[in-house]
Amino acid sequence: MIEIEGVSKVYDSRPIVRELTLSVPKGALCVLLGPSGCGKSTTLRMINRLVPFDSGAIRVGGEDVLRVAPEALRRRIGYAIQSTGLFPHWRVEDNIATVPRLLGWPVERVRDRVTELLTLLRLDPDTYRGKYPHQLSGGEQQRVGVARALAADPDVLLMDEPFAAVDPITRDALQGELARIHQAAGKTIVFVTHDIEEALRLATVIAIMERGQLAQVGTPLDIVERPASDFVRGFVGVQGIGLKLLSVCRVAERMRPGEAADGEAVPADATLADALAAMIARRTDRLPVADASGTRVGVIALADLVR
Amino acid sequence: MRGLWKTPVLWVAVLFGALLVDMRALRPVFFFAFPGVQPEIFDRAGFIELFISHLGLVAASGVAAILVGVSLAVFVTRAAGRDFRTIANLLATIGQTFPPAAVLALAVPALGFGWQPTIVALFLYGLLPILENAIAGLDGVPEALREAGRGMGLSPWQMLRDVELPLAAPVILAGIRVSVTIGIGTATIGSTVGALTFGTPIFDGLAGNKLPYVLQGAVLVALFAIVTDLLFALLARRLQPPG
Repeated sequence: MIEIEGVSKVYDSRPIVRELTLSVPKGALCVLLGPSGCGKSTTLRMINRLVPFDSGAIRVGGEDVLRVAPEALRRRIGYAIQSTGLFPHWRVEDNIATVPRLLGWPVERVRDRVTELLTLLRLDPDTYRGKYPHQLSGGEQQRVGVARALAADPDVLLMDEPFAAVDPITRDALQGELARIHQAAGKTIVFVTHDIEEALRLATVIAIMERGQLAQVGTPLDIVERPASDFVRGFVGVQGIGLKLLSVCRVAERMRPGEAADGEAVPADATLADALAAMIARRTDRLPVADASGTRVGVIALADLVR
Repeated sequence: MRGLWKTPVLWVAVLFGALLVDMRALRPVFFFAFPGVQPEIFDRAGFIELFISHLGLVAASGVAAILVGVSLAVFVTRAAGRDFRTIANLLATIGQTFPPAAVLALAVPALGFGWQPTIVALFLYGLLPILENAIAGLDGVPEALREAGRGMGLSPWQMLRDVELPLAAPVILAGIRVSVTIGIGTATIGSTVGALTFGTPIFDGLAGNKLPYVLQGAVLVALFAIVTDLLFALLARRLQPPG
């Protein structure tokens, strides 16, 4: 869906991105991960041409981005940033409707789409559509920011540390929403963060960047289990590696189907880290597992976590 | 405009209008202020005629200063015009520090007597506050909003029209308010080169030693400026963005 081919960018004779090649398949959630100044944000912004690149090629949906007018390209690609960038003089509805209105959607369709998106982001449409951004909490503003990025139903979504400025509890909820939306809508998402936990939780593919180049590309499990270099090992974190392994595997992969246990069930799509936390909290070594509909489908035991 | 009667603007405007129509109402004040002086009412031109001419001068120079000041501010806050920012500010500062009386003296040989040199002097004098505030207002638009707007595909023109100017509007308006209010007072010196303003009775009174004339002109200028300032205050409250 997104092909970046040998792209370089130099700022003030300092190379920011060097000969970067990365392919993001359709439907992937690719996290660009790395320390500050590694070029991850610049890479993201080159995709929708907010930053012009010096050499190489970028294709979105098979089309060379340089062949499309920048405004037209950006209207086809959702974009969400850390500080939300909501227009303070526009109501929530107008903010979400920005791109659909630029595209000339009829009033009725815009209105319905705003209702749909507010519902999707778990904000009551009647309560929120008329509010101004300053009347919302940080988490609500970020939800509106995500809704705005999704407004024109783009195939591709670019997100630049969208949840970095909200508190941990809100961030956790927002990450959950994004994972849900990604699975449901099948968007191709490129997501920039410096937070390894966030990357492990959300990504289908992680691209770790170091000084303008890719240090490693792989699934969250690859990155944790088989770091390609000392840099990656250092970035992922040596000490917490066992716990990180737990946080990239799902309960469903390790559970014992058909068995039963007492107590409150953990969801099958929870991570092993969640299951361990629940075991510690409840002082038990066996937990029942429930599927999405709430039906109990099996048991996860402490021993299963260390297999 | 509900509640207009609660604001002072209506009452000051009524007083202003009444004095324009019949200055004799101020006679008791003249008797009190200048005992023993015959309270003559200025009659070389009607006060309404003076007002219309005064208003026209301020409006024409004000509109010109707004157009030029805001356009210049927009230009120097774009990437293409950034280099001209210091020069634009410098020119506007010179315009304001150069005394309007001197501008008049220099402009008369070129433009003749009357309203033309007055408009030039008022325009130059009023440009700086508008330019400075417009630049400050446009600079005050947070970078994140430009980033988000660009990222969503707003064109530079849409960005300016829908985001930057509305957000900068209160600050721009504050500059216009200062510029126009000061311009109303300054316009009086236009009467020294033959323009009709409320300065006409003032300068006639000074030349002919008729203090009531001076007071009549001064009171009307002050009321005009106050009414205008209060009207701007009303407008500012409406333009204030939510939050």
